[in-house]
Amino acid sequence: MAKIETLDANLFYGDFHALKNISMQMEENTVTALIGPSGCGKSTYLRLFNRMNDLIDSTRITGQILVDGEDIYRKNINVDELRIKVGMVFQKPNPFPKSIFENVAYGLRVNGEKNKSYIEDKVVQSLKQSALWNEVSDKLTKSAFELSGGQQQRLCIARALAISPSVILMDEPASALDPLSTAKIEELIHELKKEYTIVIVTHNMQQASRVSDYTAFFYLGELVEYGQTVEIFTKPKLKHTENYITGRFG
Amino acid sequence: MISEKRTKIEKSKKRSEQIAFGIFRAMSILVVGILFFILGFIVVKGISVISWDFITKMPEDGMTKGGIYPAIIGTFCLIGGSILFSFPIGVMSGIYINEYATNGKLVRFIRLMTNNLAGIPSIVFGLFGMSLFVNTLGFGDSIIAGSLTLGLMTLPVVIRTTEEALKSVDNSFRHGSYALGASKLQTIRRVTLPIAYPNIITGLILSIGRVSGETAPILFTVAAYFLPKLPHSIFDQVMALPYHLYVLATSGTNIEESRPMAYGTALVLIMIVLILNLLANALRRYFSKKVKMN
Amino acid sequence: MPKPFYKKLFEKIIEGILALSGSITSLAVLLIVIFLFKEGLGLFNRSPISEGYVLAVNKSNPISKIDANLVKQIFDQEITNWEKVGGKKDSIILFHLDDINSIYTEAQIGENLENLPTCISNVVDSIGGIVAFVPKSYIKSDFKGKVIEPVNITPKEFLLGKEWYPTAEPSAQMGILPILLGTLWVSLGAILLSLPLGLAVAIYMAEIANARVRNIFKPIIELLAGIPSVIYGFFGLVVIVPLIQTVFNLPVGETALAGSIILAIMALPTIITIAEDSLRTTPRSMKEASLALGASRWQTIYRIVIPYSISGITAAAILGIGRAIGETMAVLMVTGNAAVMPHSFLEPVRTIPATIAAELGESPKDGLHYQALFILGSILFIMTLIINLTVEYISSRNKLGKR
Ligand SMILES: Nc1ncnc2c1ncn2[C@@H]1O[C@H](COP(=O)(O)OP(=O)(O)O)[C@@H](O)[C@H]1O
Ligand SMILES: [Mg+2]
Repeated sequence: MAKIETLDANLFYGDFHALKNISMQMEENTVTALIGPSGCGKSTYLRLFNRMNDLIDSTRITGQILVDGEDIYRKNINVDELRIKVGMVFQKPNPFPKSIFENVAYGLRVNGEKNKSYIEDKVVQSLKQSALWNEVSDKLTKSAFELSGGQQQRLCIARALAISPSVILMDEPASALDPLSTAKIEELIHELKKEYTIVIVTHNMQQASRVSDYTAFFYLGELVEYGQTVEIFTKPKLKHTENYITGRFG
Repeated sequence: MISEKRTKIEKSKKRSEQIAFGIFRAMSILVVGILFFILGFIVVKGISVISWDFITKMPEDGMTKGGIYPAIIGTFCLIGGSILFSFPIGVMSGIYINEYATNGKLVRFIRLMTNNLAGIPSIVFGLFGMSLFVNTLGFGDSIIAGSLTLGLMTLPVVIRTTEEALKSVDNSFRHGSYALGASKLQTIRRVTLPIAYPNIITGLILSIGRVSGETAPILFTVAAYFLPKLPHSIFDQVMALPYHLYVLATSGTNIEESRPMAYGTALVLIMIVLILNLLANALRRYFSKKVKMN
Repeated sequence: MPKPFYKKLFEKIIEGILALSGSITSLAVLLIVIFLFKEGLGLFNRSPISEGYVLAVNKSNPISKIDANLVKQIFDQEITNWEKVGGKKDSIILFHLDDINSIYTEAQIGENLENLPTCISNVVDSIGGIVAFVPKSYIKSDFKGKVIEPVNITPKEFLLGKEWYPTAEPSAQMGILPILLGTLWVSLGAILLSLPLGLAVAIYMAEIANARVRNIFKPIIELLAGIPSVIYGFFGLVVIVPLIQTVFNLPVGETALAGSIILAIMALPTIITIAEDSLRTTPRSMKEASLALGASRWQTIYRIVIPYSISGITAAAILGIGRAIGETMAVLMVTGNAAVMPHSFLEPVRTIPATIAAELGESPKDGLHYQALFILGSILFIMTLIINLTVEYISSRNKLGKR
């Protein structure tokens, strides 16, 4: 069974048809990259999986999204619970105005975890997993804003990991970072793949080819081509895709 | 985490959210309810009092009968007088702050002073107006003294409105005009102000609403307790609607008997404010539609 | 070509005029300060003894100064022995000008009161414990008693005095403490009522309600702000005052509570608008991050949104208090205006603005009372200035912090 399955999904922002008849499957413990020109619906599609689009008035969604075989848009699903299972890292680092520790503990606290030592263990573990522990172990009570941009983004990843999701969505997680921090994040993605299913939006072709197992190319709200990354980048089936990945594209 | 525990937590999250949101919604409805109750109360009690005679006749029988004509006229005199002072100066001031002043510190200082002026209680304006206009300048209790006091009080509103309106004009318009060789003043007059003026007008109308209802500043500068004739010059005293309502409600010759007159006066006053509000909203909508069509 | 020169000159002149208008608010604030203090400050160079009168005592009396409060207690016969005010052990005998008729006949005083100064002099000389309250003009150079030196009103007495009888004789009582406290009581009561309500509405409008509901509520709140205060006062007088009277079974319904309720309603628009604006400054990304971690909307609101905008909420509360402190008409109409130290919310109180509004009309220009009211106005001005500057400080620090 696929980890995430999309069946004929459509999304409208008011009258605007932003996603058109998308169907695809993502396997467990793989990294899938979503690529395509700006405005083609990558973020919109990604945000379907944790129902972030619900927050925008006047969106309308048809079709089905299954996570672990469960339709996440069915009537009485608990959205908060879905979002614990499907974590998300955003384009710009967006830590809370709290201490480093509290940022990571936040997800546990809002989900009713009261056991202090469990929270502490989990925070340390997540910071280690996100390769941030060595840099922050002596300043956990400091404000998260004191970290550099790259560190903040890894903090946001740690924050997402702390509530033990099985899927992690990343929306251009390195686009606001310097090359060094970007490399660290990519390395991290490699590590995380072992335990998590990752979907990542990126506009950086090299990044997509470096980190992902599968690549999906979107254009004007449509899924144009989807397959193994090696295939897509070496012998794309469609001319359109080739133009895009080789940079011959408006 | 064990799934049963999770379900329980999710339930309690849901429940506290429902309770919190329920409370917020109820409180919001309460606030709106309060407004409608106040308006409704005054309308129901006042509507039967209002008649053509009520708004065109002098008060009679110790203000228990007759109309409130002089108070209406007085209020309009004060509105006119105060906007004659506050509009030009306020708009010019707003233009200066937004278009000319380049020194950041100066602008900040002017804003600070404008905010301070806006925060001064109306009764302090009354004291000031009495001291400066009535006594020192020797205007006595008069339309001019009251108008200047009210005008001064509304200045911050006019200035801020103008500033906001000018700020919302995109810089590309200005640059376009400069590029054609227009001077700064020409640009302001022919480009910036015409674009900004719908918003300015809307703000000005709302400030008129404020003038028409203020009592404290006119207590000692113009308002007459009982003066059943119309003013002949700007140095005359007048009656004014808000003060008249105060008098009818608390210190008339016969408070019980003048109650209906008080309800009527309150309704007229509310009508003025309401109409100005609706007008401002309608204008806002009209202008924004026009902009969209362009 | 002369034309460009004129054009330039014209532009310069216009710019000058605009700059002048730009300074109007600063000028206005300055003028207000000058005129308030100019009218009021004379107060502290004056004695509280009624204008044109003096207090005189027997020559043998060691007392040479009595302050306003003691004068009042003496003439109210709360103090009856000179010992209490630091003199000899002798009972105090009060003497008003009218009392002269019971001592001397009309003939003795003279048809045109020509002998009155001598009569007064004799009376003061003959009674050891006397204190006479008489017009200054009747004290001649051969006066055999001793005129008590006037003690000026001190700022301390003014601020901390508990009695406000500005027209009392022989000595005005200018203690504004009850009025200060009354103002604070009513305003604090108002903010306690309106802050939770206002915040709730702000949160509802900023975070919970959908666009349609918001578009209905917004103009209604604006309208609430536009209603004149005298209307609120009138509404309070005819609806809330009687309601309080029956509910609490009071002799009068005009109470601090009535004032607080009306002020709470009036402060709502200020609080709602400012709090809502500041709640809206919370970055969307931060709210999304919280929701993406499985937090409910409510958890996101109270754990992220409210802490993030707390300074704006504080500013809203402070400005709400400012609005309440300065409000005049509504309070004047519903609080009963008794200048007594407030003890409970179910008793009448009097605020600074209400005092000015109610009394300025009856106080003769440049008299003691008149000056005292201007000092009250100055105090009110300073209070609101402090409030404004505080808010200004909070919001400027906030802008810096969030950059
Ligand atoms: N909240 C919204 N309301 C209306 N249209 C939106 C909204 N968000 C995105 N869109 C539109 O949907 C399309 C896809 O957006 P997005 O998914 O953000 O693109 P991408 O992430 O691929 O750059 C764009 O054309 C964008 O303008
Ligand atoms: Mg995007």
